[in-house]
Amino acid sequence: MREIKILAIVVFFTAVTYWGVEPYAHSQMHPHVAPADFSFKEIEPLHVNGNVDNGKALVEANCITCHSIKKLGFEAPLSAEDSAASYGVVPPDLSHAGVIYDKNYLAGFLKDPVGATKLSHKFGDAKPYAMPSFSFLSEQEIADIVAYFGTIVSTKVSNKVVFEEACGRCHSMKYDALKAQTPSSFMKSYLGAEAPDLSMMIRSKKAEYLNTFINEPLKMVEGIAMPRVGLTEVSQNQVISYMQSVGDRKKAERESLGLKLIGFMAIFTLIAYLWKVKIWKEVEYSASFSPFLLLNSYYFFRQKNSLILRLFCSFFYLKFSLKLQINC
Amino acid sequence: METCQKRRDFIGMALTGVTVVGGACALGAMKKSWDPLPSVQSAGFVTVDISTIEEGEARSFAWRGKPIFVLRKSTDTPKNEKRDVVIGEKVFTLVIGLCTHLGCIPSYDAKKKSFICACHGGVFDASGVNTFGPPPRPLDIPPFKIAGETLVLGEEGEEYKKLIAKKA
Amino acid sequence: MAEIRKSEGFIDWLDQRLAVKAFMRVMMTEYWIPKNINFLWAMGVVLVVLFGVLLVTGLLLLMYYKPDINLAFDSVNYTIMQEVEYGWLWRHMHGVAASATFLIIYIHLFTGIYYGSYKKGREMIWITGMVLFIAFSAEAFSGYMLPWGQMSYWAAQVITNLFSGIPLIGDDVVIWIRGDYVVADATLTRFFMLHVVLLPLMIIVVIAVHFYSLRFPHVNNQDSVEFDFDAESKKFLEGDKKASKVVPFWPVFLSKDFFVVGFFMTIFFALVCYQFDFAMDPINFEPANSMKTPAHIYPEWYFLWNYEVLRGFFFDIGGMAAMDIGLIAFVIANIVFMILPFLDRNPMNTAPAHKRPVFKYWFWLLVCDMIVLTVYGKLPPTGVNAWVGFVAAVIFLGLFIALPFITKHEAKGDAQ
Repeated sequence: MREIKILAIVVFFTAVTYWGVEPYAHSQMHPHVAPADFSFKEIEPLHVNGNVDNGKALVEANCITCHSIKKLGFEAPLSAEDSAASYGVVPPDLSHAGVIYDKNYLAGFLKDPVGATKLSHKFGDAKPYAMPSFSFLSEQEIADIVAYFGTIVSTKVSNKVVFEEACGRCHSMKYDALKAQTPSSFMKSYLGAEAPDLSMMIRSKKAEYLNTFINEPLKMVEGIAMPRVGLTEVSQNQVISYMQSVGDRKKAERESLGLKLIGFMAIFTLIAYLWKVKIWKEVEYSASFSPFLLLNSYYFFRQKNSLILRLFCSFFYLKFSLKLQINC
Repeated sequence: METCQKRRDFIGMALTGVTVVGGACALGAMKKSWDPLPSVQSAGFVTVDISTIEEGEARSFAWRGKPIFVLRKSTDTPKNEKRDVVIGEKVFTLVIGLCTHLGCIPSYDAKKKSFICACHGGVFDASGVNTFGPPPRPLDIPPFKIAGETLVLGEEGEEYKKLIAKKA
Repeated sequence: MAEIRKSEGFIDWLDQRLAVKAFMRVMMTEYWIPKNINFLWAMGVVLVVLFGVLLVTGLLLLMYYKPDINLAFDSVNYTIMQEVEYGWLWRHMHGVAASATFLIIYIHLFTGIYYGSYKKGREMIWITGMVLFIAFSAEAFSGYMLPWGQMSYWAAQVITNLFSGIPLIGDDVVIWIRGDYVVADATLTRFFMLHVVLLPLMIIVVIAVHFYSLRFPHVNNQDSVEFDFDAESKKFLEGDKKASKVVPFWPVFLSKDFFVVGFFMTIFFALVCYQFDFAMDPINFEPANSMKTPAHIYPEWYFLWNYEVLRGFFFDIGGMAAMDIGLIAFVIANIVFMILPFLDRNPMNTAPAHKRPVFKYWFWLLVCDMIVLTVYGKLPPTGVNAWVGFVAAVIFLGLFIALPFITKHEAKGDAQ
């Protein structure tokens, strides 16, 4: 019994320390923020249905002068180097733009790129944004463009392609041999900071943080240079899954092997306990329900050990180690 | 036997002495292996162009692996005779961007005209003088030499020597 | 020269040349341990197992790790973690085992203080144990630098910076330790040398001395009473095992240790695979950037109480700079445990804490204070946190200043 009490004290102080140093401290360092908002509330939503044919004409007249649409065979007019030199950044390919970005966000972006991306602290009259505003187009024409984008590709987009189109023009993914489309020397002068490589970002920031961050970077880091890109919830999850597959490829193996390792050690512990009991039986007095109870109980109180107690303890420890297995 | 013992003792002491001297030399040589390499010691010179820095702008350069802040003071930024680097009409703050408390990099807040260190809340004014929190002394000034509108960091120019003299 | 006869089997052949039978008797089957102990006595063996885990996983990591600032991060996070078969397992085990080692060291340390196992002939066990604590601290610090993440770099930068506090030669000492003006490639490679060779060798030697120092005073027991080991061991060898107050190290003492180790390792693997952030801080998965300090820098949890004593003094007192006071308090905090046997002015009384009227309060206050220091060492030191840290640091120093007086008073009480 005394050993259970001692164990309880040790576990208590360890748990208090762990709580203070991990969940509590981290909650103080990273105060709670509002969850991701995929409705992009503050952007005026579209109120009209778009005409796809008109949209096609508008896109070919306005967008392909800078952007590539590889799925339609439109290559970028300038090389990556030249684009970066002219605009500061390489314009993204638009093949899947209608699918991965939120439609209302796209409309808002076309009308006011700096506002939609929340980069007014970086770009304005003094330093124009690479993407011009198309607010001179009517509401209907904007809706037409957005509708047309939605029809360019019909197959499901892979996680990697979502990443390449939404993130790849600034960010590299070294561990998947992906170089950022914009050479890093241009990034510094374009945004004032280099866009970090994202290979291990899933482990340094973790999915929960990234979910809120990608949806609105400025919410998490004051004055950050990263634009809000307007991904839909599905597409954003695809990006995070892709980051997971590059930065934490062994997660599934880790979680399945974990069960086996814990299970093995639990069995080892049980058998070790049984061996210990057998060995200590020779060196200790034990209580038993026999006529010698009185005599034995004297030694029992001296030794504070009993068969019943030992059985209870072994059951308790077995249950405890099994519990870990089940909860995982 | 007495003289034999005395000679044995003397030779014994001489042997100990020689061993100690040898050991000390060996330790000294090993100590020197830890010193920075010649390539590191000589790479300590960097020329930075500060002509394009705008008023109120703080720019960061790398020198000897450390960030160097160059802040061009605007007209309403308070001057500090003992620490300002004056080039013509322009007045600069030139400091090593490492907090003098425990070495984190503070960031410049243009609105508050202060360098603020996120690690333990230390604050330095626009001249790099510590005004609040744990930092024990102002931001250090790196050795520099003025060459036109550029600075050569690492070289101790006239102006640097004057600033050091003023502080003392 | 031993008299060599025709041997009766392999063991006898070895015994004639290496005295293996006598060795087994001395080290195992006739190494007497008191019966009156609890599972806390198993912590030493748990530490040996953890050291073994660190050594073996370390060797495997060593096969692929590259000690170069341009290669280190990727060698760990790409090659070892994602390419090498089970590489992730060795890395996770290595990191979690390092953290777990300190948890068990603290339990082991406080057990020693509680039961008075640092006195009356056991001073050398205590001192070699504290030397091991310092050696393991240096080992952990040097090891943490190796993945070359943001925390690796900035923890190294901040801690090497501390040496500039040494009067006159401080700044030069810092450059000498780093091998450069800032933490750089030269720093990484020399700490690699320390972590992989020098410190492990030192640790192994000191462990051997630590074990040796246990032999003459004998292992302590729950009631901290002395008894006649010769008489009790004689009883055991004559067959009266149940009446004897001692048991042999092998197989009796170790059988309980194996069970405790198994229990511990079950939890250990749960942490390795599912709950490892406390030991493998996410911030260290960002490559080191000498131009960008992370928003929050903190050491590993086991250094936090020390860190808080260092930064707990945040205002100047009596003309002395806050930083200097903190540095001195920090140095004292590290030495004070070492000299504990000599601060206790009641060296002949080895009663466990619950039987010592004032000491028991001293003990639990120390435990609580160190936990407060640990938690506040992690929190941002602003507002109320700074004051709590200051008070906790002062209490820590105060406790050790008070100890000689408390124990002296207790000694007078005992003498009556």
